[in-house]
Amino acid sequence: MAAILEVTGLKAFYGQTQSLYDVGFEIPTGGITTLLGANGAGKTTTLRAICNMVRTDGTIRFDGKNIRGMATEEIVRQRIAHVPEGRGTFTTLTVDENLRIAAYTRKDKQAVKDELERVFTYFPRLKERIQQQAGTLSGGEQQMLAIARALMLSPRLMLLDEPSFGLAPLIVLEIFRILRRINEEEKVSILLVEQNAALALELATHAYVLETGKVVMSGPSDVVKNDENVRKSYLGY
Amino acid sequence: MEQFLQQIASGLANGAIYACVALALVMIYVSTDHINFAQGEMAMFSAYISWQLMTWGMSFWVAFVLTVLISFAMGVLIERLILRPLHNAPVLSIIVVFIGLLAIFNSMAGAFWSYLIKEFPSPFPKSSFGIGGVIGPHQLGVVVVTLIVLGLLFVFFRYTPLGLAMRAAAQNPQMARLVGVRVDWMLALGWGLAASVGAVAGIMVAHIVYLEPNMMGGILLYAFASALVGGISNPAGAVAGGFIVGILENMVAYAGNQIEKATGVYIIGNGEKLTVALIIVIFVLTVKPAGLFGRVVVKRV
Repeated sequence: MAAILEVTGLKAFYGQTQSLYDVGFEIPTGGITTLLGANGAGKTTTLRAICNMVRTDGTIRFDGKNIRGMATEEIVRQRIAHVPEGRGTFTTLTVDENLRIAAYTRKDKQAVKDELERVFTYFPRLKERIQQQAGTLSGGEQQMLAIARALMLSPRLMLLDEPSFGLAPLIVLEIFRILRRINEEEKVSILLVEQNAALALELATHAYVLETGKVVMSGPSDVVKNDENVRKSYLGY
Repeated sequence: MEQFLQQIASGLANGAIYACVALALVMIYVSTDHINFAQGEMAMFSAYISWQLMTWGMSFWVAFVLTVLISFAMGVLIERLILRPLHNAPVLSIIVVFIGLLAIFNSMAGAFWSYLIKEFPSPFPKSSFGIGGVIGPHQLGVVVVTLIVLGLLFVFFRYTPLGLAMRAAAQNPQMARLVGVRVDWMLALGWGLAASVGAVAGIMVAHIVYLEPNMMGGILLYAFASALVGGISNPAGAVAGGFIVGILENMVAYAGNQIEKATGVYIIGNGEKLTVALIIVIFVLTVKPAGLFGRVVVKRV
């Protein structure tokens, strides 16, 4: 399976502070890859580095092309959708506007409409709330909105930063089910960062473990799941 | 009674001007968190440009449209060439740049066109426009033109994809980038639009205050007050604030005149208009710090 994203020798800096040291990984096309690690291991930074939201060094190849150093908005236009930590919905805009903003460069109005309808098949609840201000949605609905908006970019790769954060377990299960459907039906490759390692390993096909800015382990998620260190540190048994 | 209505009408006309400049200030404020102190001088410069175009033989409205376009380009250029390099500069540096721009526009206008006061024509026909005895043709025209401009802006921001992208970029620039919005260009566009709205205000007010390099000084203060009263982060509030301040200042002077007429005691008159307006602004901000229509921003820390 070819890799849609190849990261080699990735370093990232916040000002003078280096927070990633020589991170390397591959995301297989069409697969779901998860990035595990404790707080401060560099998971979020890795996602931010891919979208050039921090200062970086190294190479990031998307579809064979080095995208490191491109402006964030241009990387997104290569069809990499990033659902950030804390969802990042535009709280004063309506649900409809939040979704349409992702398609604002497209001229074909009918295509945008069709796209909206297609996205609503995954998130029927959002359709009921279409004219509501995003800030008035529940946490789960806001997370759904953030994923739906990412889908509006017709992404080939979706980066998800802690989609389970602060949500009730049932909602989390629902969202993970939707993510699996998106991966299968839309052929979107996914890179998932999660605190909830058990859940992430169940969804993902591949896993990488980050510790203090370095990859310390990687492999198919079944293998990683049964590693003793991973079990003790991240799965808690 | 007629005098009272006259005062309201002239307050509306002034208020329309304040509303435009206040809106220009707010447009830049919401996307950058900076108050452009040069907004008034840019509007004055635009008024001179349209005066120049008219002396070259253009009709008022051709010069008007052309000036609005030139001002748009001017706004975009200032953002790209002067403010972009200061992207990460501390607030104080940016304030100094704004004050520098103010001085530059002021002295450039003086150098190009001299400091002599010039008359500026009104495009509104004296005979058929206005409501006899209450509102003069130019005053009515100013209100109509500014309302059209504000309406167009509203439609642009509310209903077009580009307007939506600009609002998103202003609300959350980083997130806007993550959905593919070219935020830097949105800022430049915002500057262009602000300069255009300012140009409309400058052209409209030049007939009333006459054309000279310092004509916008007081107006910028009123506009600033309007934006604060309405809520500095709320465009619709800034427009409402403009009309409120415009009417308020006239009411204060009117009340003062009435008192003087009735009792012979001079308390307040035209000279104190600005003072009283600003006192009321301070009062509003003490009671409602976010302005009348502003949202109180609550931040979790």
